[in-house]
Amino acid sequence: MSDYSLTHLKQLEAESIHIFREVAAEFKNPVMLYSIGKDSSVLLHLALKAFAPAKPPFPLLHVDTTWKFKEMYDFRDNYVAKELGLELLVHINEDGLKHGIKPWEDSERHTELMKTDALKAALDKYKFDAAFGGARRDEEKSRAKERVFSFRDKSHRWDPKNQRPELWNLYNARVNKGESIRVFPMSNWTELDVWQYIHLEKIPIVPLYLSEKRKVVKRDGILLMRNDDRMPLLDGEVEEEKMVRFRTLGCYPLSGAVESEATDLVDVIQEMLLATTSERQGRIIDQDEGGAGMEEKKRRGYF
Amino acid sequence: MSHQSDLIATDINAYLKQHENKQLLRFITCGSVDDGKSTLIGRLLYDSKMIYEDQLAQIEADSKIVGTTGGKFDPALLTDGLKAEREQGITIDVAYRYFSTAKRKFIIADTPGHEQYTRNMATGASSADLAILMIDARHGVLTQTKRHSFIVSLLGIRHIVVAINKMDLIDYDEQKFEAICDDYRNFVTRLDLPDLHFIPISALDGDNVVERSEKMPWYTGSTLMNFLETVYIGSDRNLQDFRMPVQFVNRPHLDFRGFCGTISSGIVRKGDEIMVLPSKQTSKVKSIVTYDGELDEAFAPLAITLTLEDEIDASRGDMIVRPGNVPKSRDSIEAMLVWMNEESMVPGKTYLFKHTTQTIPGTIDTLNYRVDVNTLHRDPAPELALNEIGRVGITLSAPVHFDAYRRNRSTGAFIVIDRITNATVAAGMILDKAGDGKSKSVWDEDTSATSGEDVDISAVTDDERAARFGQKPATVLLTGLTGSGKTSIGQAVERKLFDSGRAVSLIDGEYLRKGLSRDLGFSAEDRSENLRRSAYLAHALNDAGMICIGSFVAPSEDVRNRVAKVIGEDQFFVVHVATPIEVCRERDSKGQYAKADAGDLLNFPGVTADYEAPASPDLVVDTSKDSIDECANQVIELLRGKSIIK
Repeated sequence: MSDYSLTHLKQLEAESIHIFREVAAEFKNPVMLYSIGKDSSVLLHLALKAFAPAKPPFPLLHVDTTWKFKEMYDFRDNYVAKELGLELLVHINEDGLKHGIKPWEDSERHTELMKTDALKAALDKYKFDAAFGGARRDEEKSRAKERVFSFRDKSHRWDPKNQRPELWNLYNARVNKGESIRVFPMSNWTELDVWQYIHLEKIPIVPLYLSEKRKVVKRDGILLMRNDDRMPLLDGEVEEEKMVRFRTLGCYPLSGAVESEATDLVDVIQEMLLATTSERQGRIIDQDEGGAGMEEKKRRGYF
Repeated sequence: MSHQSDLIATDINAYLKQHENKQLLRFITCGSVDDGKSTLIGRLLYDSKMIYEDQLAQIEADSKIVGTTGGKFDPALLTDGLKAEREQGITIDVAYRYFSTAKRKFIIADTPGHEQYTRNMATGASSADLAILMIDARHGVLTQTKRHSFIVSLLGIRHIVVAINKMDLIDYDEQKFEAICDDYRNFVTRLDLPDLHFIPISALDGDNVVERSEKMPWYTGSTLMNFLETVYIGSDRNLQDFRMPVQFVNRPHLDFRGFCGTISSGIVRKGDEIMVLPSKQTSKVKSIVTYDGELDEAFAPLAITLTLEDEIDASRGDMIVRPGNVPKSRDSIEAMLVWMNEESMVPGKTYLFKHTTQTIPGTIDTLNYRVDVNTLHRDPAPELALNEIGRVGITLSAPVHFDAYRRNRSTGAFIVIDRITNATVAAGMILDKAGDGKSKSVWDEDTSATSGEDVDISAVTDDERAARFGQKPATVLLTGLTGSGKTSIGQAVERKLFDSGRAVSLIDGEYLRKGLSRDLGFSAEDRSENLRRSAYLAHALNDAGMICIGSFVAPSEDVRNRVAKVIGEDQFFVVHVATPIEVCRERDSKGQYAKADAGDLLNFPGVTADYEAPASPDLVVDTSKDSIDECANQVIELLRGKSIIK
């Protein structure tokens, strides 16, 4: 610090803190979307930093599809709600549940009902005018042009042709009634930055990111971990114990595990750096509708 | 993300340690697809192993469907994001790309080169430390190169790398490379680009991108990657002037009141004396609070929380500074504006101006000039349309605390927001206000310094000249409204005098504004300054023995009197071209009166500004009553009557 230079992580951290404070100051009713994944862990950590010694002046919202891993629910309830003592809202699309959609049979409809629609309903219910998310521009091609403050109309739609120019660190926070902004404080972080920051700052993450012996079943070339009997084995399928971990966490029937010997964080980072496939590869939802899957979902209101 | 480092496999902890100390460098790439910009970015990402196999497979598949390379791997697809754009085969927005090496993390703002996308380039440039300007070696410096350079300079980027690409297509010719460099250097002397570098590359083959080129042994400088990794940007930050806009006040309980903010510039230490603007209350820094504990000092661009020794009431939008080093606080500013909205700028309309952490209503009062980004010419204009850049005067409903953008990118920048649509319609860079009221003060200094005495360095006497030319020198000012016929009369007078063997010269406002007064706009002040310069030009012509006919609106009596003083009252004659305004309007082929009526042209004499008729003109003519020729004859008669000509 003596020559007044900052490391890239310190600089990214400062920029993210700036964004958090800007939203807290300019919006009436912000919320932080919390998905329990590693990016959410970093996002939460940055929020804690932005407002210390106070707690973040907004609640966390978990849009629960009811299909998350048990370890994720434990982490959410024990660490975030109890240990940190933060206000946590959980929203489930109860109507959607009635359809009894099996995520592995129709992942697209599952995502639409239990994530996209549920998120919109929750935002409408609480009348949130700003929602923080942990999305990064390096995750996926269509996100490279996403703004930090991403404007959404009354129907939560995102119009890629009509985005506000964003210059310097001057964010336009003006919205009319019913409109909202999605805010991405980690826009400029990369996957490596996230892991490095977790490592440096010792940020707690769900243990599923680390490898251990887990029971998995191979379906369409993807290793799935059955969390409960709602997802039965198909004819001929056999569960086997393998050393696996998850590169991204979502609904368990849609999250593929990777075989790995990485049992601690440094090993995970090493594997990640040596990997030759991108992070979202294990996610099934991106592969819908050709290459532009995520873009279509975003237009409709999915993050 | 298989980075190129053996350390990852052999000693991951050492690798992580190394990467903890990386710096961040943001740069913008300017150039069109034809310059090989996408290829270059693709190569930087590819050579630093930032493309995963699945992404590569996707791009290879895409190349066959929508690529423009005949099914071959199309690196442009790597950098083209949105579906519609992919289908159209053009990039139309700013896209951000990320890669890193052992030394630095890089953020690329990738912006398209089309003329209509000035907006995107300005956006990408606003946060960049460095710009890579692509030049196709076969074509050299083009109009678009100039346009990009201007925007880069306007947005305050200090480090420029001119990447002269496709060297393979000019046989790696050193002379041709040097010629392009010279050409570019000649052009940029007009711009403020302090740190300039030239690198000959071939993005397609990778020459001098990451690896040194064997085909260009004559080039001994850095490769592009090496330059990006090592260019010193530490001194770009302003660490002199401490400024921290209050962003958020943190009050978890009664015993804690923390002022949160991102340090715009400078350094702050525990115990420092500070002042809060605008209240000017002073106190001392009690603590610098962060989640990780208290700090002894903090500097730009850290985001911190300050607590103060005294109970001071400060809120969002205030600025914490040092008592001995304060920014300017004004409610009127001059700025360069980049217009970014489909709906053109409306002078006089109320917009919101977001500057640091405050948002203030205000109006754009004057548009001094518009810059033609292709020629850098400054032209008068009634408005700024999408992607146009101009110099404006702004009045705010409350003072802002600012520094000139050149000195401080953080406290010198603002955005303009439409109050109804909430769209971000413009970006502004505040200018040094040293120029504030300059014209007027120069006039004042000027006339007092030179009144009564003439500096004459000429070895030829006035009498000798008069004998040679058969005339006495004089200046005739034709003053009147736009469309009154001033210039037509001037031309007729000039023709008559010239044909009768007299030495005569005609000048008018437009003539002056093309050269001597190219920096001026149409505010009252600038009109006055334009006339001051015209007066000295006329004076010089008179000194050379010539008769000068000046055709100017010259709406102010005060200014005309000043002109008379500069030229000398005995050789200065005012002719009022008093054509009625209705007639002037009918003749107005450029539609300027209509624009002024609509409020688009401020300071337009006769409509949105006063025209003061001369109190005691030497002659009054009216082109609605007499023909141009008759009016010209009256002017000739005036000169004969005053014994200027025989």
